[in-house]
Amino acid sequence: MSALGLPLVPLPELPRARRADWSGSGFTLLSAIAAGLIVLMVVVILGDVALNGWATVTWEFLAGAPREGMTKGGIFPAIYGTLLLVVLMVVALVPFGVGAAVWLHLYARQDSWFTKSVRFAVHNLAGVPSIVFGLFGLGFFIQFIGREMDRAMGLDVVWGQPALLWASLTLALLNLPVVIVTTEESLRTVARDQREASLALGATRWQTVRHVLLPQALPGILTGAILAVARGAGEVAPILFTGAAYFLPFLPKAPTDQFMELGYHVFVLATQSPDVDATRPLLYGTVMVLLALTFLLNLTAILLRSRLRARLLGRG
Amino acid sequence: MSRSLALPHSPASVRARQRLREMAIEWALRACAFSAVAGLVLIVVFVFKEAWPILSNPETQKEASLAGFVATPLWQPVGEVPKYGLIPLLTGTVKVVLIAMLFAVPLSVLAAVYSSEFAPPRVREVLKPAIEMLAGIPSVVMGFFALMVLASWLQSVTHSPMRLNALTAGIALGLGIIPTIFTVAEDALRAVPRSFREASLGLGASAWQTAWHVSLPAASAGVGAGVLLGLGRAVGETMIVLMASGNAAITSADAFDSVRTLSASIAAELAEVVVGSPHYSTLFFLGALLFTVTFLINVAAGAFVERLRKRLAGA
Amino acid sequence: MKRNPLILTLIAATLVTAPVLAGKAITVKGSDTMVILGQRWAEKYMNENAGQVIMVTGGGSGTGIAALINGTTDVCQSSRSMKQDEKLKLRDRYQTMGIEIPVAKDGLAVYVHTANPVKELTVEQLGEIYMGNVTNWKQVGGPDATIILYGRENSSGTYGFFKEHVLKNKDFSARVQTLPGTAAVVNAVAKDPNGIGYGGAAYAKGVRDVGMKKDAGAAAVLPTAATVKDGSYPLSRPLFFYLRKAPSGDTKKFVDWVLSAEGQKLAVEVGYFPLN
Repeated sequence: MSALGLPLVPLPELPRARRADWSGSGFTLLSAIAAGLIVLMVVVILGDVALNGWATVTWEFLAGAPREGMTKGGIFPAIYGTLLLVVLMVVALVPFGVGAAVWLHLYARQDSWFTKSVRFAVHNLAGVPSIVFGLFGLGFFIQFIGREMDRAMGLDVVWGQPALLWASLTLALLNLPVVIVTTEESLRTVARDQREASLALGATRWQTVRHVLLPQALPGILTGAILAVARGAGEVAPILFTGAAYFLPFLPKAPTDQFMELGYHVFVLATQSPDVDATRPLLYGTVMVLLALTFLLNLTAILLRSRLRARLLGRG
Repeated sequence: MSRSLALPHSPASVRARQRLREMAIEWALRACAFSAVAGLVLIVVFVFKEAWPILSNPETQKEASLAGFVATPLWQPVGEVPKYGLIPLLTGTVKVVLIAMLFAVPLSVLAAVYSSEFAPPRVREVLKPAIEMLAGIPSVVMGFFALMVLASWLQSVTHSPMRLNALTAGIALGLGIIPTIFTVAEDALRAVPRSFREASLGLGASAWQTAWHVSLPAASAGVGAGVLLGLGRAVGETMIVLMASGNAAITSADAFDSVRTLSASIAAELAEVVVGSPHYSTLFFLGALLFTVTFLINVAAGAFVERLRKRLAGA
Repeated sequence: MKRNPLILTLIAATLVTAPVLAGKAITVKGSDTMVILGQRWAEKYMNENAGQVIMVTGGGSGTGIAALINGTTDVCQSSRSMKQDEKLKLRDRYQTMGIEIPVAKDGLAVYVHTANPVKELTVEQLGEIYMGNVTNWKQVGGPDATIILYGRENSSGTYGFFKEHVLKNKDFSARVQTLPGTAAVVNAVAKDPNGIGYGGAAYAKGVRDVGMKKDAGAAAVLPTAATVKDGSYPLSRPLFFYLRKAPSGDTKKFVDWVLSAEGQKLAVEVGYFPLN
């Protein structure tokens, strides 16, 4: 018993038991209050947004463009920009993330220094502040890659400025750990005997991956992609200097275009809108749309994940 | 199953080609894994590279230097004589993070204990989604909520002269990191083997005694990791403090004063700097500083997780 | 699967067309004071000139000037004049000291809460307040309460103008809460009975303008079209467009329109003041 470091618990006598019970239930109560407070705050936040925003979110709001200094109209360009941003991000992100996870799961020697450094990088990449990603996007993608591209193509400033491409690549790097970790997690849920049976039958590792593992790990890969999208749609700091714009009268078409974005729109409306009272409904409406989007995505990811966990537990 | 399985008696040339293809694929996948390492390295290289003039370029140092960062009491980078004092920013960051941690850690850890030790399953079914929803709220929305609602409410309760201050930003920030701390702590608590709990209960300890003296210590490394991860996130968080802290570079111990954090300064000022100017280099220096601090915190958190894994696996 | 060749083709197609599309739009960046004006100008101009695309972003005059120097904008909106060292930086990169085009006038208003009894201040008093030397409203004729200072980020041209003309280039008090936009300043002051803020006259809703006195003996002047035009309001200032070279082509048409009667009328509608 002492090896576990447990204090020796005395057998309760009657008066002592009562005292112990009181402070015990006090502690239990405290922890219950803590949990309750958290739930309460979530309800307050969501309730405030819902109460103030539900009237604004109409079809015109979703499909229209902002008018009259953002005091009227809709937020379609922001929705469109957000969608385009995350689509580009996913296209850039998923191949690398899934590839890395597959390599870590199947090909890597778990004790090699390279494997360890990959895991180290994944763990620490997840902890880098989002504003540092913004700095990276500016310093690497725009100032370095973009400028070099401009110089190589003999242009003045086309690629070396904030653009949809750079913003999505920055977000892709930001979300790389999420995809790698969830994909690896889901690869692990595929039973070992499936992998071993495939290899035993003479399939190469890649054939095993492509025809056995990946199809079964698909829910997990989707989970990771969805979580990345949810995070990408919500993060504002990385796109502040890499592409987001306040008012664009057109929808972004080229990867060099800037774009409006839901999270950035919330930030701008909350802090820089020309008429705070007039834009308040739009602000709440935008927040509602953004929250609805991220919640829907997170919910889908959670459902997928619980299906994955059920499968893992079912294996025993 | 696939039709392209290589059968043992295929001609050697097909096998050779296939082996080549396999090697190419393996290298492609290795490159994907390497991208994570490359990404981290590139971040370090490019952020530190743009901050390097502070330490190396005498032209830059005339305006912004390490000595100046420490010695100047004001942060006013725009003006006839730019002043780059880091002390107000560091004080601001520490204040907000401290308030956030004081707010979030007890709540999250207690709630995690409640969820894993005492809560009936139906309550857990409400708590877990609530935490997930809180986790899903983007920080810009949290900042918005702090700016529009929380600040006014806090001011009516505390009668603080400044509406946007360290307390407002700190509480909002705390709300933002609660899911991180809660999730990791709860996972760690649930990973404590049932045998521990059952042994303790079998000896006559009550549920709370078990939680406090057995489960929590056993999961302490995990809880510690969660706290550290929350800390790392709090230090690096930008949008919440940008919107809710007042952004005044005040050096004081008063929680009701506005503060200006490192991250918010970068976010607020980076758009207006000319590439290569001392102001630009200074902002990247702040970024490098932020990166280093959060990096160290994350490495520590990783070490804690390792310890937890070893401890639970060993027992 | 995610490696959909269709998406890759689409991406490739847009990459090819990118340089072609980028040539048509006019980017306008800079002053937050002017951003609503720039946006309304852009909106109206685009309605009348289909096919022309104008992108307007704020961020502060400093942002616009930096973008001009960095090459990431065609037109910079600024509520202050470019400093000498900025012009030199521009010359280093683009061999030009920049083209300055005044496009409207603005009165830098000082806002207080509607319940605040203080109705007038001298420019010097305002400076003392924002430098932190005067900290209580009773020192300027108001109630006994700490003055809560609201201001703009240092990227703001309004910040720069205020520092130069009101503080006479001295430092702001560290206790000024910096907000990212004029509307945020107005919002903050509207909610704070002891607050004071400054910003473009066009934004003053829900707060009260303070009459400014040039010196202790002068009469208090509020920012109106007349007082800004004739300069009797002590804090009137021109608003500028800055370009790298003299406007040509589409940009010239837009700038000419802004300076025309139609553009100037829109400026008045938005709350600013015309050039003449």
